[in-house]
Amino acid sequence: MRGNAAAVQERYLKLKAGADARVKALYSEPVIRVGTATCGIAAGALPVKEAFARAVEEKGLPAKVIEVGCMGHCYAEPLAIISRPGFPSLCYGYLDAELAARLVEDFLINDDPCYEFALVALEPNDVFPTFSDFPRGVYEQKIVLEHCGFIDPGDIDHYIARGGYGALAAALGKNPAEVLEAVKASHLRGRGGAGFPAGLKWEAAVKAGSGEKYVICNADEGDPGAFMDRGILESCPHQVIEGMLLCAYAVGAEKGYFYIRAEYPLAVERVRRALEQAREKGLLGKDILGSDFSCELEIFQGSGAFVCGEATALVRSMEGKMGIPATRPPRLAEAGYRGRPTVLNNVKTFAYVPPILNRGVEWFRSIGTEDNPGTAVFSLVGKVAHTGLVEVPMGTTLRQLIYDVGEGLANGKAFKAVQIGGPSGGCLPESALDIPIDFDSLQEAGAIMGSGGLVVLDEDDCMVAIARYFLEFTQQESCGKCTFCRLGTKHMLDILTRITEGRGEPQDLEILEELAEEVRAGSLCNLGATAPNPVLTTLRYFRDEYEAHIFEKRCPALMCKELIVYYIEPQRCSKLCNVCVGSCPVEAIYTREDGLKAIDQEKCVKCDNCLKTCPPDYNAVIKLSPPGLLAEKEGKRP
Amino acid sequence: MSKAVTIFIDGREISAFEGEKLLWVALRNGIYIPNLCAIRGKKRPSGSCRLCYVQVEGRSEPVTSCTLPVKEGLSVQTRSPRVDRLVRSAFELLLSHHRLDCRSCAKRKSCELLKLAKERGLKMRLSRLAPLEHEWPVDDSAETFVFDRSRCVLCGRCVWICREVARVGALGFSRRGIRRVVTTFQDVSMAQSRCTECGLCVEACPSGALYFKEGKQPAAAGQNLSRGG
Repeated sequence: MRGNAAAVQERYLKLKAGADARVKALYSEPVIRVGTATCGIAAGALPVKEAFARAVEEKGLPAKVIEVGCMGHCYAEPLAIISRPGFPSLCYGYLDAELAARLVEDFLINDDPCYEFALVALEPNDVFPTFSDFPRGVYEQKIVLEHCGFIDPGDIDHYIARGGYGALAAALGKNPAEVLEAVKASHLRGRGGAGFPAGLKWEAAVKAGSGEKYVICNADEGDPGAFMDRGILESCPHQVIEGMLLCAYAVGAEKGYFYIRAEYPLAVERVRRALEQAREKGLLGKDILGSDFSCELEIFQGSGAFVCGEATALVRSMEGKMGIPATRPPRLAEAGYRGRPTVLNNVKTFAYVPPILNRGVEWFRSIGTEDNPGTAVFSLVGKVAHTGLVEVPMGTTLRQLIYDVGEGLANGKAFKAVQIGGPSGGCLPESALDIPIDFDSLQEAGAIMGSGGLVVLDEDDCMVAIARYFLEFTQQESCGKCTFCRLGTKHMLDILTRITEGRGEPQDLEILEELAEEVRAGSLCNLGATAPNPVLTTLRYFRDEYEAHIFEKRCPALMCKELIVYYIEPQRCSKLCNVCVGSCPVEAIYTREDGLKAIDQEKCVKCDNCLKTCPPDYNAVIKLSPPGLLAEKEGKRP
Repeated sequence: MSKAVTIFIDGREISAFEGEKLLWVALRNGIYIPNLCAIRGKKRPSGSCRLCYVQVEGRSEPVTSCTLPVKEGLSVQTRSPRVDRLVRSAFELLLSHHRLDCRSCAKRKSCELLKLAKERGLKMRLSRLAPLEHEWPVDDSAETFVFDRSRCVLCGRCVWICREVARVGALGFSRRGIRRVVTTFQDVSMAQSRCTECGLCVEACPSGALYFKEGKQPAAAGQNLSRGG
């Protein structure tokens, strides 16, 4: 126990009362919450926000327009929630400036909530469905994302009014060992990818003795297609701050760092602002809430090397050295940043801690499975209909996640595979869709949980090209220190490149498989050890595609440029249309004597423009693989 | 000094000090374990060459002996099918980026790659892999030695000795991934660098990447400080 528990609690309750009053006053008038996390901004949320603000001002309404983070429904961005006393809060998607102005006029002035544009209501009511009325709402359970998209990340009172920092205030009245004990008992596993129990990591730092210690939040998210950590930091930075402070309290650290990649400027900005506000409120810095626990948090911006997400490389880069992994032991918990005991956890791991302490270990363990309690946060992307940030209990199956939460595949295409865990993960086929999502089951299937990127692939995706894409990523991001990663991934990439270009040889598959296994077993750090996963899983589940490339020089998904040719079907082409001719950047398309179009294969660069622009009425442009099929087709020219 | 313990390497009973790294215990007792990047005086092993794998009793995957602290009762095998496979693979990977023209190599008599191949019955040629290209020209600007990066295996001994023993710091690692290279500050030639030509790096180099020019070997040579005491 640090200081006077009652005094700490009293100080917190005063903060809470102030925050409650401010938020209550805010919602006594209409409030328009516009989602302006990076995803929203990319979809055009800022002009929408301006349109709302302008309309409100023009009409002289007392309504407030505020910015919130991402509520996870990225497919429907830009999004806004309109709350008006007397109505359920309604969420509107696919907004633009015009619709924003209309909503202000119709809803806030003419009392018509325009249900035809509403996606969902936030509170149960008699007129409009809520989240739990949709399949996604049935499967989703939000712990980490609970407040994301609903509160203003730039206003600490919004978080406090929802009970934020209550766990910290309560913890300061307890012994640090009790906090550690709770996290241990919760069986919370680190969400950075490997799933190491957070409590054990913390305990190791406690056992490493007293003196200077550090807490680091790993926000060096770099997997292609992953944006969970960014979304959380942009939407609810205080929950992560509170989690870090609780960790610092438990292990006896007085200094912590957010390691955020510099490519996340908005996350950096929002965390910086959150830290300032926490400091002003006495929730950060010296003698937090009047206790004798002091802790300072700072931001360190990473410079974009993927390998710096690896713990030892991250710490070395903070020390001003090259971001290159080091051998272990010693572990970071014994000798980390500046040689001192250091606890390094992922953004999501820290974000779980306040809810665990607030609602109790039993509650947390009741969610998910026995060995994998809690939820899994995914960025659901790729060819899925409803892309976004989702959170489901561990043990949910991939099928439920993709078909119920994500509403299945986009554009009516057939499912082919799901890529989980980014470049370190694997591609799982249809037959693996019923395995439950948890650290152990995914590993067994050859993928990894990773930090939570989930890319859905359809029939148009060539699995060899996908494996090559991910391997190229890791090969380029390899630091080059150890033999297997530096040279092994290079040779593997060379082989894959040969295969996708139609120069694969029969023995390539065996060599590729051997090398993949050796790089996995032999690499120094996990970047190298997991780099072969996309190759190993595609070889395991989609071997026929590799064989088609090698033995038939055919790309079944019609994706590998060297193995396809474009062809215009004369039966479908129209004399009346010239679109493809204009779309071709190299003038490879010419008009035949009969007025139909044809492609000069010598000139064609396979840019795909003609196929994209050919009107759906004709759909005359097709791809052929292997290229040898062309002679057959042209021989049959009418 | 830490406490004395008894361990077993290939069934042989050996006494060592707790916490010592297994590689050095083995080498001290005349048991060969392949290695290139290990430096005795270096506090945290580099662990980059991935050659010193051993099989530890009770563990399924081989581990690098340069990072394995010994403790009472530790029992390891220096050879096993899995160890041999990793060593063979790492060795071939290194060879695929190493100019294989041993007859013209000045270090052919002291080459540690040749020694490793002999000890483990490995071939000095590529069986599965295509050779990778080199982009660096040979640097013979220094008066006494030549730096040929096409034979460098990136073990880092020269970098360590130049910095920690010679206290010069002329050499360092630069670039990432497949382009990682030992070089001087701003890639100037050795003659233009701060190199004092003390020759320690040349003696530390296990391959033909650094070698003395004909008749320029210093009189007091022959001591490899990265491996000694």
